[in-house]
Amino acid sequence: MNIRVAHLYPDYLNIYADRGNIAVLVARAAWRGHELDVTEVGIGGRIVPGAHDLYYLGGGQDREQLLVAADLATKAEPLKAAAAGGAAFLAVCGGYQLLGRGYRGHHGDDMPGVGLLPLETVAGDRRMIGNVLLECELEPGVRRTLAGFENHAGRTRLDPGAEPLGRVVSGFGNDGESGYEGCRVGRAIGTYLHGPLLPRNPWLADWILAQALAHRTGGEPPELAPLDDELEALAHAVSSARAQRR
Amino acid sequence: MNPRSGRFAPMVVPLAAEIAAARAVAALSRLVGAGGGTTVPGKLLSTLDPGAVDRLAARLPAGTATISATNGKTTTAAMAAEILRPRFRLAHNGSGANLLSGVASTLLAAGDAQLGLLEVDEAALPEVMRRVRPRAVCLGNLFRDQLDRYGELELVAERWRDAVAELPVSTTLVVNGDDPLVGDLANAHGPALVFGLDDPRVARPALQHAADSKYCLRCGLPLEYEAAYVGHLGDYRCPNGHIARPPLDVVARNVELRALEGVAFDLDLAGETRRVELALPGLYNVYNAVGAAALAHALGATTDEIVAGLGRFSAAFGRFERIAVGDKTILLLLIKNPAGANEAIRTLVDGGPPRLAVVALNDAIADGRDVSWIWDVDFEPLLAGFDRVVATGDRAAELALRFKYGGLAEDAIEVEPSLERALDRGLELTSDDGELVVLPTYTAMLGLQRIVAARGLVRPYWERAA
Repeated sequence: MNIRVAHLYPDYLNIYADRGNIAVLVARAAWRGHELDVTEVGIGGRIVPGAHDLYYLGGGQDREQLLVAADLATKAEPLKAAAAGGAAFLAVCGGYQLLGRGYRGHHGDDMPGVGLLPLETVAGDRRMIGNVLLECELEPGVRRTLAGFENHAGRTRLDPGAEPLGRVVSGFGNDGESGYEGCRVGRAIGTYLHGPLLPRNPWLADWILAQALAHRTGGEPPELAPLDDELEALAHAVSSARAQRR
Repeated sequence: MNPRSGRFAPMVVPLAAEIAAARAVAALSRLVGAGGGTTVPGKLLSTLDPGAVDRLAARLPAGTATISATNGKTTTAAMAAEILRPRFRLAHNGSGANLLSGVASTLLAAGDAQLGLLEVDEAALPEVMRRVRPRAVCLGNLFRDQLDRYGELELVAERWRDAVAELPVSTTLVVNGDDPLVGDLANAHGPALVFGLDDPRVARPALQHAADSKYCLRCGLPLEYEAAYVGHLGDYRCPNGHIARPPLDVVARNVELRALEGVAFDLDLAGETRRVELALPGLYNVYNAVGAAALAHALGATTDEIVAGLGRFSAAFGRFERIAVGDKTILLLLIKNPAGANEAIRTLVDGGPPRLAVVALNDAIADGRDVSWIWDVDFEPLLAGFDRVVATGDRAAELALRFKYGGLAEDAIEVEPSLERALDRGLELTSDDGELVVLPTYTAMLGLQRIVAARGLVRPYWERAA
């Protein structure tokens, strides 16, 4: 089956090797007999709710992020409609901030957001940089870890009752205080973790593919055939050890 | 009462005494095997008295020149040193110790040197320039590199812009006009000597993934490229006319790439055109050579001296090195960020893609703690030719994943975090009389240098740099 992916602003939001995440999704879908159709959506491009099963937004430098923010805000309604229709979202770093209600900068560099995730981001004085380890429970009772790298000045605050992506085992997380990282609303995930995120956390790549397939078929997320993830597990182990030694 | 006297007045030590103390530390540091001892005395001196750097620089009769860039600063500085050596006795930090402490160490050891020729880290450049008050400043390029350490590209550019604006007009600014961010710095200073490349035949068909500064600095529209050479370096202009590549004063034309064997080009300088033969490969080394030529010209070198110096030049420490191991050779090419790694790969592939390589990824501070950059490198042209690759270094597993998801069969990938064992495995897989390609990040390169030096294959860098 073909999984239809909309990759938003790949020319602008690509700072932390976002194409690594896409490469992992493409390969892991192919190894299960599914094809990933990736469409690039740039400035002025249209979002048609229902036309894509997964939306991907990467991170950008401040300047690039500023360039796309206004355009992304004009796509807020169709993006929210797509999410309400059960499409999956993965947004990393800058893309994560922009899926919230907006970014408040220090000196007039405010950015509007999409409002798809219940959160706001405020500029901070000190960048939060380093290896990070999370513990996640996307399905009740199933606990798994995510190992990544964070590098952000923004402090992201979730609305009361909003669901984070995970608990910070080691690292800063959303704001360096709450002990939580990222945000999850149904099939939409936002996170500061790059590294890139998916190569060393293949369970999340598979979770996202399953959500996208559920949107594609209109059914439940399927069980995907297991793969040989020995190298992935090794990279995960090294990366989480780094986070715990910081 | 003198406000500087009193209880908390700093102890004033005569400069000569400081120098003697710091030199003793350097000798001691080598004796105890703490490495080259190249920054320890400088660290001591800058702690004892940070102003000493200013005074040491002021003692150089012909002044000081600084060179900075994300990629190529070590090579450019070494090329400039080769050109200038017949004319000046140099204080040059050839072993790559390029922070303020390294600069201090170099100036300490300057002896009767006449001219300071200093490669400087991008982040350290503003402070070094304020202290040494250079008579010439050469700025090469800005690429994304170690975002965890330097912050975003714009931030580095902004600090450079502020520092350049403070330079007196008597300082000669030498800039790479092909880099939109760096070329624009010329406007922050006034007259500048602009260098670049002009040969659409060797341009890339499209901007690479690793191109960074590809939007107009004023309006944000994508820049239009007449020719893109290395990353975002090329002949650009904003479609709204805000910025464009400035007119070039020192230019390379008619480039002939000879794969790994070297490169030749016409150098246009001061109304003359001369053929330059370079023993180093790749278009990126043409940029280094033109930058070095422009800087040397600004420092008074003649065109003859420039062409001869570039012709004599072999390679800067560890950037591109061949090491004999019995009948086999190791070809060492440093990779440290996407733009630089892409050029190393392009050069390798041009010479016939190797079927085997050892690739080493460390994540020490000097490499960048964040290893995500390897996903921005276009490894694919290399992967297509590999029968086998040995991934090594502290983050070997990340490299293995990069190769796996880049399409290389998993059974062609070996993971061996130990540099020494990986090197031995690579040599074992290399045919007799064959050449083993090794692509290390910075600290992995230092580690490999130590390993081959311990086997008596090359001299340690602090001996060679002397």
